[in-house]
Amino acid sequence: MWKFFHQLASPPHFYRLAAVLSPWLAAPGIALIAYGVYAGLFLAPMDYQQGDAFRIIYVHVPSAYLSMMAYMIMAVSGGIGLIWRIKLSHAVAAAAAPLGAAFTFLALATGSIWGRPMWGTWWEWGDPRLTSELILLFLYFGYMALRAAIDDTAKADKASAVLALVGVVNVVIVHYSVEWWSSLHQGQTLMKKGGPAMDPAMLYPLLAMILGFTLLFGSLLLRRVRTEVLFRERRTRWVREMILSPEGS
Amino acid sequence: MTDAHKEQPSIFSGLAATARRDLLLAWKRPGDVLNPLFFFAMVCTLFPLAVGPSAEQLEFSGPGVLWVAALLATLLSLNSLFGSDFEDGSLDQLLVSPQPLPVLALGKTAAHWLTSGLPLVLVSPILAITYRMPMSVVGVMMLTLTLGTITLSLLGSIGAALTVGLHRGTALLSLLILPLAMPVLLLGANTVSLAAGNDVYTTGIWALGAYAIASLSLAPYATAAALRISNE
Amino acid sequence: MDAMSMGNYGVYVWSCFGLTLVMVLFSYWRARLRHKRVYRDIEVRIKALEERE
Repeated sequence: MWKFFHQLASPPHFYRLAAVLSPWLAAPGIALIAYGVYAGLFLAPMDYQQGDAFRIIYVHVPSAYLSMMAYMIMAVSGGIGLIWRIKLSHAVAAAAAPLGAAFTFLALATGSIWGRPMWGTWWEWGDPRLTSELILLFLYFGYMALRAAIDDTAKADKASAVLALVGVVNVVIVHYSVEWWSSLHQGQTLMKKGGPAMDPAMLYPLLAMILGFTLLFGSLLLRRVRTEVLFRERRTRWVREMILSPEGS
Repeated sequence: MTDAHKEQPSIFSGLAATARRDLLLAWKRPGDVLNPLFFFAMVCTLFPLAVGPSAEQLEFSGPGVLWVAALLATLLSLNSLFGSDFEDGSLDQLLVSPQPLPVLALGKTAAHWLTSGLPLVLVSPILAITYRMPMSVVGVMMLTLTLGTITLSLLGSIGAALTVGLHRGTALLSLLILPLAMPVLLLGANTVSLAAGNDVYTTGIWALGAYAIASLSLAPYATAAALRISNE
Repeated sequence: MDAMSMGNYGVYVWSCFGLTLVMVLFSYWRARLRHKRVYRDIEVRIKALEERE
């Protein structure tokens, strides 16, 4: 078991494995998304309150979910790197941040576009989810800015891991305090996110989208980690041998 | 056993010595303490100038403005927390000290709060009165500011430790700390608003207190870890 | 045509799906581009070192 992990975390092995694995995650991901988009847009019945505008949840909910998951991946792998000094996990954290920020932005943009016909405004401060998501985007910005400001990679890895771990605690506090705050200002009950009341014809495409997005995210993350590993190992022998070998990669 | 005990000063004395040193330094350089206070007063002046002096509007926006100004003033004062120690090398002394680093970090943070948070709390009533805040609400505001600035100093010490020694650290520090500080601002300002509207506001006080205690017990460790990383 | 208009919400629904597609393609393109760049930089440096020897 330990040997397996050790081998997985060894950079040259990971570099090869990621290239093989990435398309195998992307293919089922794209298939699931294709089904989800088709079923969500054309097969799922219309929501009786929101009409067809509810179909935006098929892209909004997966991106909101991924924005949180990417942050968790970033913080957990940063923590693992900090405690067990595994270089690969720092590379994962570094690669996850821009992707997470992209999905956070996507969740904000789709939420805002959804809000235009539903609330009559592009932005509703009273909605706790949008506000929390915005603060999450700022946390990503801070994380990436700290990484960019420190030249020494090993130092940047550790400092940003501490920040990400502090940020996780903060995300929880933001969640509850923003809920409390919006309840003070009669925040409307807004986007319905799943739940047992949902019609299966609406729910299954959503689940397919969430799973499909996760797989696609995994594939993109592998690609980015692979680049990160290559960059960090640029002075090692295996990289030199790989580049000088006739088949290359 | 007793001799060994004598040689090793207690943890508390390490904390007190660090705090005393920083307080003495602040006493010698009063500008470091006063500048954020002037900044606080000036930001509070900006709002009536910008949105107009109508009593209704001031009463309504007072808690929010005071809290935003206090948050920005605290942010302004954070740079000096480890910055000067880094420059003159005394930070290295802290790092090699036999005392546990989290305790020393807590000592420095306590001194920071005493020289930045506490003066803000003490000055805030004067500014609150110009915003026509009733006396009963001023008490609540001072309580929320006390709890809130403790949390802000502690969170800020993490950010200051992470950015110590970096070029262009000031803007970066704000970028790191503001998202972390947002819940404090939200809880603090809204609690004062609730008190001003004669609503039940105790939830906010408890939440702020819980946040202060949680950061008091966790932040020094993060600050210590960040200091070690920044000074490798 | 009815499917396109989405009960007058068409603009919002389609722009959301379009934006998502753009973002995913952009992320993919960025990841690819960065890999190419990093790989090329390393290649240039190593080849230069090799020739010097």
